[in-house]
Amino acid sequence: MAERLLEVDGLQVSFLTEDGIVKAVDGVSFTLDRGEVLAIVGESGSGKSVTVMTLMGLTRSPNARISGSAKLGGRELVNAPERELERVRGAEIAIAFQDPISSLSPVRRVGDQIVEQIRAHEKVPKQQALDRAVELMERVGIPNARQRAQAFPHEFSGGMRQRAMIAMALSLSPSVLIADEPTTALDVTIQAQILREVKQLSEKSESGVIFVTHDLGVVADIADRVLVMYGGRVVESGTLDEIFYDPQHPYTWGLLGSVARMDRDRPRRLPAIPGLPPSLVNPPQGCHFRPRCPHAFDKCVEVPPLEARVAEAPAHLDRCWLEVSEKRELRSVGGHIGLFDRTVAA
Amino acid sequence: MARFVVRRTLSAIALLFATSVVVFGIFEVIPSYNPARAIAGRNASEATVQQVSRKFGFDKPFYDQYANTMKLIFTGQIIDYQDDLNVVQQFAQKFPVTLSLVIPAGLLWFITATILGSLSALRAGRLADRALMVVAILGVSIPVFLLAAVLLYLLAFKWTIFPNTGYTSFAANPLQWAYHLVLPWFSIAVLSVGFYSRVLRSNLLDTVNEDFVRTARAKGLRQRHVFMRHVLRNSLMPVVTMFGLDFATLLGGATLVTETIFNLPGIGQYEAEAIGNLDVPPILVGSIFTAFFVVLFSGFVDVLHAALDPRVRLSG
Amino acid sequence: MQSGRLPEEPQGPLTVGVGPYRLALRRLLRNKIALAFAVLFALLVIVCLLAPVYSHDVAHIGPNTTNVTGTITVNGHVEDVVSASGVPIGPTGTRHYLFGADEEGRDLAVRLLYGGRTSLLIGAVATSIIIIFGTLMGLLAGYNRFADAVLRPIMQLIWSFPPVILGVAVGTALALGGIGPVKGNSVFIPAFIIGVIYIPYLGFPVRGEVLRLRELDFVDAARVQGMSPWRIMLSEILPNTASTIIVFVPMMLAYSILLEAYLSFLGAGVQPPNASWGTLISDGIDYIQTVPTFALIPGAMLVLTVLSINVLGDGVRDALDPRAQVRIKT
Repeated sequence: MAERLLEVDGLQVSFLTEDGIVKAVDGVSFTLDRGEVLAIVGESGSGKSVTVMTLMGLTRSPNARISGSAKLGGRELVNAPERELERVRGAEIAIAFQDPISSLSPVRRVGDQIVEQIRAHEKVPKQQALDRAVELMERVGIPNARQRAQAFPHEFSGGMRQRAMIAMALSLSPSVLIADEPTTALDVTIQAQILREVKQLSEKSESGVIFVTHDLGVVADIADRVLVMYGGRVVESGTLDEIFYDPQHPYTWGLLGSVARMDRDRPRRLPAIPGLPPSLVNPPQGCHFRPRCPHAFDKCVEVPPLEARVAEAPAHLDRCWLEVSEKRELRSVGGHIGLFDRTVAA
Repeated sequence: MARFVVRRTLSAIALLFATSVVVFGIFEVIPSYNPARAIAGRNASEATVQQVSRKFGFDKPFYDQYANTMKLIFTGQIIDYQDDLNVVQQFAQKFPVTLSLVIPAGLLWFITATILGSLSALRAGRLADRALMVVAILGVSIPVFLLAAVLLYLLAFKWTIFPNTGYTSFAANPLQWAYHLVLPWFSIAVLSVGFYSRVLRSNLLDTVNEDFVRTARAKGLRQRHVFMRHVLRNSLMPVVTMFGLDFATLLGGATLVTETIFNLPGIGQYEAEAIGNLDVPPILVGSIFTAFFVVLFSGFVDVLHAALDPRVRLSG
Repeated sequence: MQSGRLPEEPQGPLTVGVGPYRLALRRLLRNKIALAFAVLFALLVIVCLLAPVYSHDVAHIGPNTTNVTGTITVNGHVEDVVSASGVPIGPTGTRHYLFGADEEGRDLAVRLLYGGRTSLLIGAVATSIIIIFGTLMGLLAGYNRFADAVLRPIMQLIWSFPPVILGVAVGTALALGGIGPVKGNSVFIPAFIIGVIYIPYLGFPVRGEVLRLRELDFVDAARVQGMSPWRIMLSEILPNTASTIIVFVPMMLAYSILLEAYLSFLGAGVQPPNASWGTLISDGIDYIQTVPTFALIPGAMLVLTVLSINVLGDGVRDALDPRAQVRIKT
């Protein structure tokens, strides 16, 4: 089988802090192929941002402990020397951050910042690099690109800044584009446009896209596969259809159930997942979701392994001890999928 | 830009005016201050004192005296009480000495502070950082006259590495000029290096956590590049602002302690003597001189700020 | 079929949130170096406060008692307290003139402790003036535009004067004549001058903080509740500036003690026969080539004290701002 574009295996990231050891990423594994859009979904603190930043070595620090494997086209990234990562960053893996007003240097022109990235990796004269930057800005839909390139970040609107950020990330045609909550700071209408552009660009250039978000609407729009993360672990992973139509993990049910949908009757109250996210310093024993799960039972104090439990879907993995039949029963009430508090009659 | 210059000039004039009034006023308010007696001498008779008083116009009302004094200053005719010398001329003569002291010291301290502050931040928490912190805190805990006295004692008296005191002009002998100034330069620099490098260190550590620095690293830029062009550049601005103002006050004569100890005939020493003798004209001219530089440099720093940070627009 | 019962989840202890000042205090107490210097500072203060005890019970001589023609027996030799050429004796190691004498034959150790009291008192009074008026002016100027129009130029004016020149000018003048009921050689004059000079150093930062806080929503909320401006300033805004002010206390104390030394050195601070560390160093510098300890011992006391305050101040600042622990990724 050909090498996968990106192969992550057993990634662990812990931080030593004043309050103890924070296990931000606890054994995360996934893959990414060319032309694929993978969405990583989870709430704040689930470890999704730390995971993608670790791929690029951006979480390295004196109080971080990183182990496991992350291979880009067969090359190992974890513990690779800094010099090597500097070459990979921006050129082979690029990331577009959320909230670009603080992610772009306020004192330099937008065009110059894109040029800076290009020239850091390729020996290109300034004027040529600037031309390329302008072209990229046009490609992501920024009007009057040549003039705009001379402007400063605070002179752009939110949507345009995000596009500029994406343009910058694409400037060297990376094989993996990571978008870290790119639409969180944007209006819904702009959001839709940007998503479409990202999808088109990735299809055209055959790169893989990792989309980190907590917004299921965005996921439904463009993802091919979905990774659901909770408490530093992957709790479910599968194709878009598998996750949306046959979700196997209670947390996923909760996420799906809490989204307001136009195609269903309005529930009296929009269900929320009760409880609080787990402490990463002192996580619950066994399944991290156990304290908030109405379906938890005695086996849940053992960590459920990430496995395929649905016979017809060998690539649909989840971390829940419940039988598949039980899951299908418990997860819907009146045709709605959600996290409902009820016991199964004996 | 033009509006900025106009507003700044107006506030400068206002500040200079206020400064002169305040300094002048302070001496008027002091009940025991009697310049006529001071000039005439301790044992002068009452008649002599009256004579002197009339000659200098001390018996006239406040605003008259003030206006007269200001006129004398700006026509370059003002004379000090003690030695009957033309104050403005004295300032002109002595200013080069102060410049010789302040400019190289200022450069030394700024460059050293930048290097030390950067090193300290890069090795934050490690031994080098802690050592530099100790040196820095020590630097701001020692009064300059003590440092100077100790340096003179050790390096000039006990081990005669440096000359005792005194000044040789650059024109006369450049080598001797520098030789005599090494200890004074060092004394001034040591004090401020500590403070400035700590401020820079703190700014650097703050900036390094900013999102745009994370982006810069994510773009694959070399560490040194990220540091120099993103982190340092953003952190230096506040330091430059403070430096501009401190430098300005030094030029105006805040060097009085250093010049006194090292016997350098600059405007600081002149002002110190004048204060000791309660000789108002040099004190007055000195204060205006300082205020002038403060305004000049703070304007300059503001322009620099606007040039480097496009979010800042020049406003009054 | 499984039932939906949950196994017993051991309840963790209910953690009540700890306020930021408690947290800061805890952090400060973990900082061994800052604590060590805090203890050193406390010791220095106590020793200075015990000056009368030392003077009375140990050295048996007052701080202003001159003794130009006296003699003293050291190690069996009889020495002049002040030699014929005017050079005072150095440290004797005995209870009389432990650190030596000054040019008037006074016991240096006794004067060192009394001088310490003076320096510390001036520092404390000046710092109090700075904190009270600096906070007040900063609050008013930041919150109210009219107050700002008046206060800002005043602060700007004071701030533009290099402290030394202003202090020396005023100090000399006042030292000669005094002002009102306060005599010319009262130590409150330098304390007052130093306090006033440094008011803008606190006033401007507080003003800046208040300007920033004023824009925040919680102020609008308070206004909508019907709180009077004074109430808002005191109970909403002031507590939020507290950490800025706390950081300034040790810094201003250190500055004040240092400035007093400068002023006294130039003759514009503490007046004879009173002593402060500044005057002692100043006197001692004249004899630095013959009796270096005369200047160096008071110098060391001054530096140690200011150093301790600075290290403690640093510790306080680090404790209040945990981001100071961060390192640059290398």
